[in-house]
Amino acid sequence: MTEYKTVFGSLTNYEKGGVEVINDSPQNYVFSNLFEVASRSKPWEKVAVAKNMEYVIEAIRAEGVSPWRIAPHDEFALVMDGQVTIDLLDPDSVTANSNSTGSVVVDGEPAGRKMGQIVAKRGHLSLLPANRCYRMSARDASVVLLQTILGPDTVQRWSDICQKH
Amino acid sequence: MATSQPQEVKVTEPNEQGYRSYSLGEFNFRRDEHFVHIDWPTGRHVMAVEPFLKALMRDIAWNFFYGTVNFDSVIGTVNHYGDVDLFAGRFNEDYRKAEIDHLENFPHDEIKATFEAMLGDWVNESFDPFAAPQETGSAYGDKAGNNFAAVTRTRVTAKRMIGMPDDELLRSDESGYTVNRMFADVDQSEPEVKVEPGYENEVSAFSLFKYLSRSDVTWNPSVVSVCKDSLYCPTTEEFILPIIHGNDRVEWFIQLSDEIIWEVADRETGRPRANVVMKAGDCAAMPADIRHQGFSPKRSMLLVWENNSAALPGMIARGETPNVPVEF
Repeated sequence: MTEYKTVFGSLTNYEKGGVEVINDSPQNYVFSNLFEVASRSKPWEKVAVAKNMEYVIEAIRAEGVSPWRIAPHDEFALVMDGQVTIDLLDPDSVTANSNSTGSVVVDGEPAGRKMGQIVAKRGHLSLLPANRCYRMSARDASVVLLQTILGPDTVQRWSDICQKH
Repeated sequence: MATSQPQEVKVTEPNEQGYRSYSLGEFNFRRDEHFVHIDWPTGRHVMAVEPFLKALMRDIAWNFFYGTVNFDSVIGTVNHYGDVDLFAGRFNEDYRKAEIDHLENFPHDEIKATFEAMLGDWVNESFDPFAAPQETGSAYGDKAGNNFAAVTRTRVTAKRMIGMPDDELLRSDESGYTVNRMFADVDQSEPEVKVEPGYENEVSAFSLFKYLSRSDVTWNPSVVSVCKDSLYCPTTEEFILPIIHGNDRVEWFIQLSDEIIWEVADRETGRPRANVVMKAGDCAAMPADIRHQGFSPKRSMLLVWENNSAALPGMIARGETPNVPVEF
């Protein structure tokens, strides 16, 4: 009987596939690896690894404590490596700009009511609710995959992260 | 989307193997012990029963999905989101040249009713078209009962996120979803969630990998989180994607575990364009002008990411947006 081993990736241990071209350009597939991207990112840098019109998925290297952020729409954080703590706050006065998309940094420590806390490990998906403040922290370098919309802090460096040949 | 109305299905009495035959416009479908026979005014086609039923299952369960669902290189459907094309050879370069291709358009409810009747009749008690090959009985042979429970599964579509109040439920032993044999080593712990009173509808998290490890189906994306038109549709994959999906918009794959090899061909002609090998953590777009079929040697977790905007197919067809998501 075969004993199956499920293979997940991590910041320090991942194997990358690739595009084997027959009659096409590899650039059409916008191929990257999120662990490789996060391994080359600064803490809390929001690097797009997938984009479909205004929507993006960002790979975030979670390390240390992030600034508080807020977005006018729901976002979803999937931990792909490590452990991340998410604090949620119902702000007294900070509001998200309903005409914008993506999250923005909230300066300093926003006043408001504590909503709760999530401690998420690999494979855990968390809601970051619209119009609420959130802050992430990770003692050791971890990776978060964020389902969101293109925002002012989304980093697009496709040429650096994607297979070109 | 068309509203559901009772539909008349054109059907015969059972043949000597016990199966009924079905007609849809000028298409005729019949099955015997081993094969499904399809004919239309200018041609005919034969498929083995098992791959046909697996493809038919996905086409129905996905409500004809996004774009083209090729059952093989000849037969398939194109979703126009209210009506549906049924075709033979439409996306086969040689059938087109020989002028033996055929296409008819049907109201959504009419083709769905016929396909559902066919699936209900042609799937025997021991066969589950959603299951991996080693987890189901045979599709072949004479008529032997039905498996309505398997073929009428409802696709999971979260409104906001799985596990939230008034949304789709988590999976557990108690709810009948045990850990799949190939995911026995997947961590089953849930996140620690502390919720202050009054915020029960906003503070929420769950283990997606545990949820996927307990999926009882393959190649069947479920919507687990919704950010406006951005839908996370993860799925567990084993063996071969039973259809060849022709895109009408860009689609993204994020490989969450293990490995899938994708064969990519031109959507219109079927000419090969690339193979895409995806390992855990790999991210790849499927352009809007291709067709693709996946091969998963071990059961794997795949995040399919869709943009559900109804405007996209028209924008792409009119050339108002490129076939690729990013140009660099």
